[in-house]
Amino acid sequence: MPDEAQTREGRLKIILGYAAGVGKTYKMLEEGQQIAADGRDVVIGYFEPHDRKDTIARSEGLELIPRRVVEYRDRLFEEMDTDAILSRHPETVLVDEFPHTNVPGSERAKRWEDVLVLLDAGIDVITTMNIQHLESLNDQMREITGIQVRETIPDWVTKRADEIVLADLTPGALLNRLDRGVVYAPDKAQRAKEHFFKESTLAALREMALRQTAHEIDVRYSEDNVGHPLAATGAGVSGQAQPIPTVHERILIHITDEPTTAGLIRRGRRVADYLKADCFALCVLPQPGIDSLPTESRQAIEQHLDFARRLHIETRVLEGAKAAETLVDFAHTNGVTQIYLAKPPRSVIPFLFRRQLVMKIVRLATDIQVTVVADRRKRMR
Amino acid sequence: MPEPERSRPTPEQLLKQVEAEERHQRHGKLKVFLGYASGVGKSFRMLDEGRRRKARGQDVVVAAVQQQVPDDIDEILKNFEVIPPRLGLASPCIDVDAVRRRRPSVCLIDGLAHRNPPGCRNPERWQDVEELLADGISVITTINLQYIREKQQQVEAIRGKTVSDAVPESFVRRADEIEIMDAPPEYCVTRTEEGDRISEDRAARLQHQLSELREIALVLVAEVVDHQLEDYLRRQGIEQSFGTHERILVCVTPRSNASLMISRGKRQAERFHGELFVAYVEQDRMTPADRATLEQNLEEARQAQAHVEILHGEDPVTAILRFAEKQGVTQIFVGHSLRRGWRQSFFPNPVDRLILEADGMDIRIFPHGGETEAP
Repeated sequence: MPDEAQTREGRLKIILGYAAGVGKTYKMLEEGQQIAADGRDVVIGYFEPHDRKDTIARSEGLELIPRRVVEYRDRLFEEMDTDAILSRHPETVLVDEFPHTNVPGSERAKRWEDVLVLLDAGIDVITTMNIQHLESLNDQMREITGIQVRETIPDWVTKRADEIVLADLTPGALLNRLDRGVVYAPDKAQRAKEHFFKESTLAALREMALRQTAHEIDVRYSEDNVGHPLAATGAGVSGQAQPIPTVHERILIHITDEPTTAGLIRRGRRVADYLKADCFALCVLPQPGIDSLPTESRQAIEQHLDFARRLHIETRVLEGAKAAETLVDFAHTNGVTQIYLAKPPRSVIPFLFRRQLVMKIVRLATDIQVTVVADRRKRMR
Repeated sequence: MPEPERSRPTPEQLLKQVEAEERHQRHGKLKVFLGYASGVGKSFRMLDEGRRRKARGQDVVVAAVQQQVPDDIDEILKNFEVIPPRLGLASPCIDVDAVRRRRPSVCLIDGLAHRNPPGCRNPERWQDVEELLADGISVITTINLQYIREKQQQVEAIRGKTVSDAVPESFVRRADEIEIMDAPPEYCVTRTEEGDRISEDRAARLQHQLSELREIALVLVAEVVDHQLEDYLRRQGIEQSFGTHERILVCVTPRSNASLMISRGKRQAERFHGELFVAYVEQDRMTPADRATLEQNLEEARQAQAHVEILHGEDPVTAILRFAEKQGVTQIFVGHSLRRGWRQSFFPNPVDRLILEADGMDIRIFPHGGETEAP
């Protein structure tokens, strides 16, 4: 049992990168070495050496908590031993690969959930992740990389971090490292270069990581728009800038069984975070009871509601034969400033119906803005 | 009357073209390590990169280091050939002729913003660098955000300190590679100040200031990367935009609630560190009153520092979408009215068409005369 004085939550620091090999783990270990040099108590909870010599060298001298061996389907897997870290109870623990999914049968499904447990126990955590694992960017990442990232971290988890630091490296330097076999073994490096590690893809990911880091600083340190450094002067003449009236936005996301709903939820969440707006989601059922729906439709809706909740969006389910009216009424009574709707699919028959729904809502929402969110999945190359 | 300019490249496009050509003409490559404050480790990273390039067989020399270097850097410096600065002047100055005679493939130059003393061939160090690049020598250099001329007003407003040395932002933006040294501000708070322990209150204030500088530096690098990416895609003939950078296009008409739309657009652009465009599709028949309203709207847009664009075309939806696609717009703000006017002038309904035809862009619809400014 940790002692009673242990009421403080641990500090979370995330080292953010945009690809394997930019130096996240190295930076994490370097911080660990610095903490140890300052005479403080730090251990490695989990680190992925990837056979990289420089990285392994940086771990030398740091105490390592042995991994836990888990058997799953007759194979052995190694996972971070959260219980062992808790009983060792260091001041700081280094945990590589924040978005990692634990092997089935582990106490918690995700490594980030283990990290939250460590933080609750008052242990400081330094961890690493790449930008493409951020949930709200999932659709855009697929557009940029052509890859659907499955291991994602809800944005609220990263908001929980006290500090986010960027591990930056130019794509040119990264490709150099790849060529020299520093990042992956030669056969894997070649495959990586043909897919993910294209210079344009890397540049786009890097830009997203830079912008995300700037945003995370903005969220933590600026008092809304007042005295915002980038608000004061713009591209050209300054002094003309008028104070922006701060309106508290409330965003309402319309949940349906359409597959576009996931992208809609992510986008709504992201914009709400950027605008520091409230965000909630509503599903309107045509008749009482979700069970009366066809199975597929019911499952899709339940999945979408669940997804929204995981992103910390408050959800409601209402009944109403006229979806548009119910949605707009709800928006009015709840002081909603923006309704988020999915783009109608192009296919003809549902398109006519959807288009009517979108336009009906626009017509009814006489004092509420409506945002029709693009289907970013379609633009995948 | 504003003149039609649809097919003519904008000044920015021309500038980009010129810059891209310049980059191709000079043979040396420029790499910049940018920091938001001193003490984040720029010099170390520059030397480390030099060391690695040397190990790979490149011919690397050092032409400038800071006047006072800490012991660890002094140690690394011993592994390099150093071309001594010109002596006998008020402050050190790169010996450009000596470097050119020596002709290394890579030259390390710390402190890009250094102002040369009288008697040097160039008033500023970045001009020395320019010469070396033109001569085919690659340069790796370091700079602190506060020395970028266009950022100085902002930095001074935050830090309350004035510096006189400056490098034009365009020079930094033309770098082939730029890398940011990101570190949490507490790192600098304990490391850069005079060595005495600073009060908690002062540390908190300093940390706040440094965070703002950090944000500006990150956004600057993101913009450089964005421009390079666009250049690259254009050279490859790829039309698609990745949407990495939020660009908001507000479409105004005399009837739309333009003030609200522009102020929301500005806010959104700022929150996303994005760009704001305000466009209007030129129409033939317009009453003098409408014309006056429109001029007022566009003036508001200019005040909001938006890029203002007058579009032309038979079909407003096509004109808007063509412009939006060219600019890589991610969100379009448009007004909607049930009354006569814009909405009923065309068939089918332009808002419907925008929703259906816009690819990869969100459409935000503002009711005309709905929400008011003061909630």
